[in-house]
Amino acid sequence: MIELANVSIRAGDFQLSDVSFSIETGRYAVLMGRTGRGKTTVLEAICGLRKVTNGQILVHDTDVTDWSPADREIGYVPQDLALFPTLSVLQHLQFALRLRDQSKTDIQNRTDELAEVLGIQHLLERSIVGLSGGERQRVALGRALSFRPSVLLLDEPLSALDESTREEMQDLLREIKQTANVTILHVTHSTEEADALADCRIELDNGKFRML
Amino acid sequence: MSNASKIHSPSNIRLRRSDLPFFLVMGGISSSFILLIILLLAADLMFTSFAEFKAVLLKPEIQAAFRLTILSCSIAAILSIWVATPLGYLLSRYQFHGRMLLDTIVDIPIVLPPLVLGLSLLILFHLPIGGWELEAWLRDSVGFPVTYRWPAVVLAQFSVACAFAVRTMRVTFDQIDPRAEEVARTLGCTRGQAFIQIALPQAWRGMIAATTIAWARALGEFGPILVFAGATRMRTEVLSTTVFLELSIGQLNAAVAVSLLMVALAVVVLLLLRALGTGLTS
Repeated sequence: MIELANVSIRAGDFQLSDVSFSIETGRYAVLMGRTGRGKTTVLEAICGLRKVTNGQILVHDTDVTDWSPADREIGYVPQDLALFPTLSVLQHLQFALRLRDQSKTDIQNRTDELAEVLGIQHLLERSIVGLSGGERQRVALGRALSFRPSVLLLDEPLSALDESTREEMQDLLREIKQTANVTILHVTHSTEEADALADCRIELDNGKFRML
Repeated sequence: MSNASKIHSPSNIRLRRSDLPFFLVMGGISSSFILLIILLLAADLMFTSFAEFKAVLLKPEIQAAFRLTILSCSIAAILSIWVATPLGYLLSRYQFHGRMLLDTIVDIPIVLPPLVLGLSLLILFHLPIGGWELEAWLRDSVGFPVTYRWPAVVLAQFSVACAFAVRTMRVTFDQIDPRAEEVARTLGCTRGQAFIQIALPQAWRGMIAATTIAWARALGEFGPILVFAGATRMRTEVLSTTVFLELSIGQLNAAVAVSLLMVALAVVVLLLLRALGTGLTS
C-alpha cells in the first residue's frame, strides 16, 4: 500500500501542496495529468529522491518520509531509464541483488527468471549501448523488479516506444501485475494506457489529486 | 505562376560556393600555433648536438634530477587525483552554502603567481604560532622535515597540479548524468556505493586526463620549488630547476639539452597515459 498524506513538495520554483492519495496493496494505479504538472516529482518523492517539505509518505503503513531511497525498497523506472553505462544487461539485473549480499545461486535463479519473463535472455551479455528503446525499457524494468520490491513506480514507461513495442510492453506490465504481487503506480498522460492497465486512476489537475 | 518563376531549382542556377576559404582561414590560423611549437623544438634541436645531449645525460647530478623529477611528479599526480576525485565530485553534485567560495579557493593556485605560492608555502611552514611551528614540529616530533628537501618539491608541485586536476574532475562529473546514481540509490546503494559503483567507472577517462594534466603541470613547476625547496644539486634539484641552474652558470648547451630531455619525457608520459586511457575505455 502506498499512502501520501498532505504531502508538500518544492522543486525549484515548482510547488505541490497537500497531496493526498492512497493505493491499496496489489493494485495497479495510473496517475494521469498533463506534462509539467508534477507527476514525476511525486514519484521521486515516493522513492525518496526528492525531499518533502511537509506531510507523510507511508508504504505498507510504515512512515518512510525521512528514509533514504536505499532503505525504502521501492522499485523505480524513471522516464529517462538512467541505465548504468558501464554495466552489461546481466549486471543490471544482478545489481540490487549483489547489494543485498544474496548468494550466487539465488542471484543466478532470480536473473534467469527475470530474463525469461522480460524476454531478454539473448541480451544478457550485451552492454546497454546499442539496445533498442523497448529492450532498454525491459532492462530498466528488470533492474527495478530484481529485488522483489512491494512497490513499483513507473514514469511514462511506454511513451518513447513505437506502436507494436508498446503493445508488447503493455502485455508484459499486465503479466507483472498478475504475477509479481506488487503495488504499481504508473505515470502517463495516455488514456489508452490507463484503459489497458489501470485498476484505479488518479488524476492530477491544477495541483490537486483526484481518485477516479 | 509568378511565384513559381521565383523558385530556383538546382538545374537552372548552380550556386558555386566553395568551402575552400573556410579551410584556408581556419587552417591558416590553427597552423600558426602548431608551427610556432615545431619551430621552438627545431631550434632547440639545432642548437645542441647528440654528443652534447649524451654528455649532459651522463652527468650524475642531471641523472639525480631526472630521477627526482619522475618520482616527485608521479607522487604529486597520484596525490592530486586522490584529492581531485572526491572534491570534483562534491563540487559537481551538491549545492551547498559556500560552494562558490570553495570553487574560487580551488582556483587560487592556478591564478597565483608561482613565486607567491612558493613564498606562501615557506611562510606557512615557518610561521610561529604561540611558539609552535609546523616545520619544527614535523622535523622534531614526526621526523619528516619538509622545507628545502624532496617533500617540499612534491608539495610545491601538488599545490598547483591538484588545482588543475580538480577542474578536470569537476568537468568530468558534470558531464556524467547524475540520474544513474540516483536510481542506484533506489536499488539499495548508499551515496558512497553509488559513487564507487556507478559514477567512478564512468569517470575513468576523466581521471586519466586529470592525472596527465597534474603530471604535466608538476613537470613544468619551477617558481614554488625554487622558493620552497631550493635548488640544491643532488637533493632538491628537478629538471626544471636544472635548466635554471645551468642557465645561471652560463651553460646554455646543457640547459638546452635538459630542456629537450624534458620535452621527450613529457611526450612519452602524455602518450603513455593516453594509450592507457584508450585501453581502459575501449
